[in-house]
Amino acid sequence: MTGAILFTSVIAVLLVAGLATLASAQDEPLVGPKPPVAVKPMESHIGNLTGHAADAKSDYRRYCAGCHGVYGDGNGENAVWLDPKPRNFTLATFKCRSTLTGTLPIDEDLYNSIARGFTNSNMPPWNTFTKQQRADLVAYIKIFSPRWEKEKAGEPIKIPPEPPVTIESISHGQALFAKLECWKCHGTHGEGDGPSAATLTDSQDQPIRPYNFAGGGNDSRFKCGSTNQDIYKIFMTGVDGTPMPSFADVIQPNDAWDLVHFLRTLQVHRHGKENVVLMAAHGVIPPYVDKNAAPTAAPADNKAPGGGQ
Amino acid sequence: MRMWAQSLLICRRSPRRHSVMAAAFAFILLIVVGASPRASALPAFARKYGLRCSACHESWPMLNFFGQKFKDNGYQLMNDRDAPIWQNPGYWPVTFRITPIWHRVSTNKVATDQSLSGEQKITSSGFDLSGLDFHTGGTLEKNFSFYVLPSSDPTASFHFETVMARLDNIGSSPWLNVKFGKFELDNLLSEKRILTLTGNGGIYQLYHFIPANDGNIFGQMGDNQLGVEVMGHSANDRTRYSVSLLSSNDGQVGLPYGAESYSTFITGSQAFDAGKLGVDRLGFYVMAGEAPTSWLTGPSGGGPNGVIPGSGGNNRGYSREGFVGQFYFGPHIDATVVTQHGEDSAWFGQGYGDYADGMAPNNYVPGVSALPAGSRNPTWNGVLIEPHYVVNPQMILLGRYETIRMSQQSTPGTPSNLGNITSYTVGYRYNPFMTSRAGFAYHGEYNWWHQDGTAPDNTTNLTSSELLFGIDFDF
Repeated sequence: MTGAILFTSVIAVLLVAGLATLASAQDEPLVGPKPPVAVKPMESHIGNLTGHAADAKSDYRRYCAGCHGVYGDGNGENAVWLDPKPRNFTLATFKCRSTLTGTLPIDEDLYNSIARGFTNSNMPPWNTFTKQQRADLVAYIKIFSPRWEKEKAGEPIKIPPEPPVTIESISHGQALFAKLECWKCHGTHGEGDGPSAATLTDSQDQPIRPYNFAGGGNDSRFKCGSTNQDIYKIFMTGVDGTPMPSFADVIQPNDAWDLVHFLRTLQVHRHGKENVVLMAAHGVIPPYVDKNAAPTAAPADNKAPGGGQ
Repeated sequence: MRMWAQSLLICRRSPRRHSVMAAAFAFILLIVVGASPRASALPAFARKYGLRCSACHESWPMLNFFGQKFKDNGYQLMNDRDAPIWQNPGYWPVTFRITPIWHRVSTNKVATDQSLSGEQKITSSGFDLSGLDFHTGGTLEKNFSFYVLPSSDPTASFHFETVMARLDNIGSSPWLNVKFGKFELDNLLSEKRILTLTGNGGIYQLYHFIPANDGNIFGQMGDNQLGVEVMGHSANDRTRYSVSLLSSNDGQVGLPYGAESYSTFITGSQAFDAGKLGVDRLGFYVMAGEAPTSWLTGPSGGGPNGVIPGSGGNNRGYSREGFVGQFYFGPHIDATVVTQHGEDSAWFGQGYGDYADGMAPNNYVPGVSALPAGSRNPTWNGVLIEPHYVVNPQMILLGRYETIRMSQQSTPGTPSNLGNITSYTVGYRYNPFMTSRAGFAYHGEYNWWHQDGTAPDNTTNLTSSELLFGIDFDF
């Protein structure tokens, strides 16, 4: 009898303890509305400008929160309708940087992104802001991720002076385009229709489309700028959060410039110096002959994909 | 939309010596004028681009600098998604706007048969409606934009307030854009995006001023006009210019007035980055042109005087010019200042002009009509100051002071202050939510308006006031 009482008591204690633990576990998650955003005293420094996060609170709410969300998580009320999705600032992963892949961008990168906008997204150029407004917003973006408190921004890469555009540099760039397998995503004619294009997703598993060089007119822009230096920067730093890797460890600076010159010829509606050189060569890119190695096969054909025609 | 403005507008614009018939036609005309809607916010744009209304509007419907740039770009953000091909095929860029209100209107002197003095104070209040606007606009293709705005008075009688097509960024340059049709003049302080709703506070007095007994209705720069506009701006919209060629018909369709009378409207402005203060802008405008003073009449004619439409001739000149300043004093306080110097031909000042609608009592007859001895061009000066306190993107407090002072009367000996106007307006607008789907504002406003010497039956002053509360919404 005593054993039965003892057994029953132990079971009862265990049951109560178990239920208490369960109840405790159920109470643990935070429920209810999110707390207000705490504006940390973050700063940005762009030249002589110093931005203060607190000064951008109203502007962020007015201009940015609809897409990027009050909490900077890319879940603003309009986000569900947008493609590509707005940047999630809590991850502090940024596409357009002058720093190496995986590192935080410098403040000027974000400052320029705000003014430039992203041409293939719903992010417009906010170039009507004052410089101070933009600097303040850069500081405000930093409140959403602890990375900004733990890490320093990366070192900007050095961009060597651009060499002259020649048919040889274009030819070499074409060979690199094949060798580095850029065509697998961007397509042999740079139309964003390579064999891997349909399978690509970004770091948040959202479908993503490779850049279509052939689309757009004379004034077409890239996501991260419109100059040759911007293109150079894009594939030397990579586009973080996307399948576009950094090639900084793969190619030398002069080779990178040759690739830039070839990529420009894929913009068939652009009246640039690269297409002028190509036209002078009757629209035909000669095969690249590497004096130090065996020739590399061109991706599809040896004719420029529309450039100079 | 501003139908509650009618009585006051009539008091201001109709010379006392007009006939009852003329007044009736003036009433009809002013129903149309008074019903002129504001361009307002267009949630259709916000839906297209996924931006909150606050991105483009300092307070809906008044544009901020980003919204002004969006408009100047032809309702485009200038990314790759501007063409309609990027939209869901079901997307139809249409928005309606209407405002139920309660208001109390008081006018100190209204002509009446029941009063010994022929005039008495009238105060009335009640629930009311604005007219209804259907806004549709956007891009037909990249760099081809349009705007169509059928607008009704409160009885659902529609007219086209805006119909325009625009070629944007011609030659890939923001410096060349061409607009064609009926549109709002390129006023930096847009009356179509005004934040106030009362009869006299819901318009800019400066944009509609006509001296007492003057017959020129054609210089109202607040009214949408028919014509063509060439406009350009820098990439960040800091520098802007526009030149318009307009028919001198105050936006009325059907060639109802002059046979060959045109006006022009020219603006230019430069904005500056003022650091922590914000972006400040300085600009100018000039409206100058000619409008008819003589009309053919006959059995086939219309209006109160049997005027044959399109027969107006003997054009006379007029001009309006001034400066505009938009000053920001940090994120919460800003003020806009508009000045004006105006001048009409002495013929207008002597009651020639819009004889077709009976707004002008006199019809110029070549070889017969003559100006009274000593007649001069009426001239005036005015200023408008509109400060705002933006509490946050959802709440704005606003005020306005306007004054217009005659500097020269057309008829010597006329009291120098005849027709002078003073107007004060204060109000607030609160948007309880901000999304890209709809606009909604609780609106409260008070206006006090005063004009010297224009009481209907004597030469005393006319004063009116209006208190208004409403719910302004669009979807």
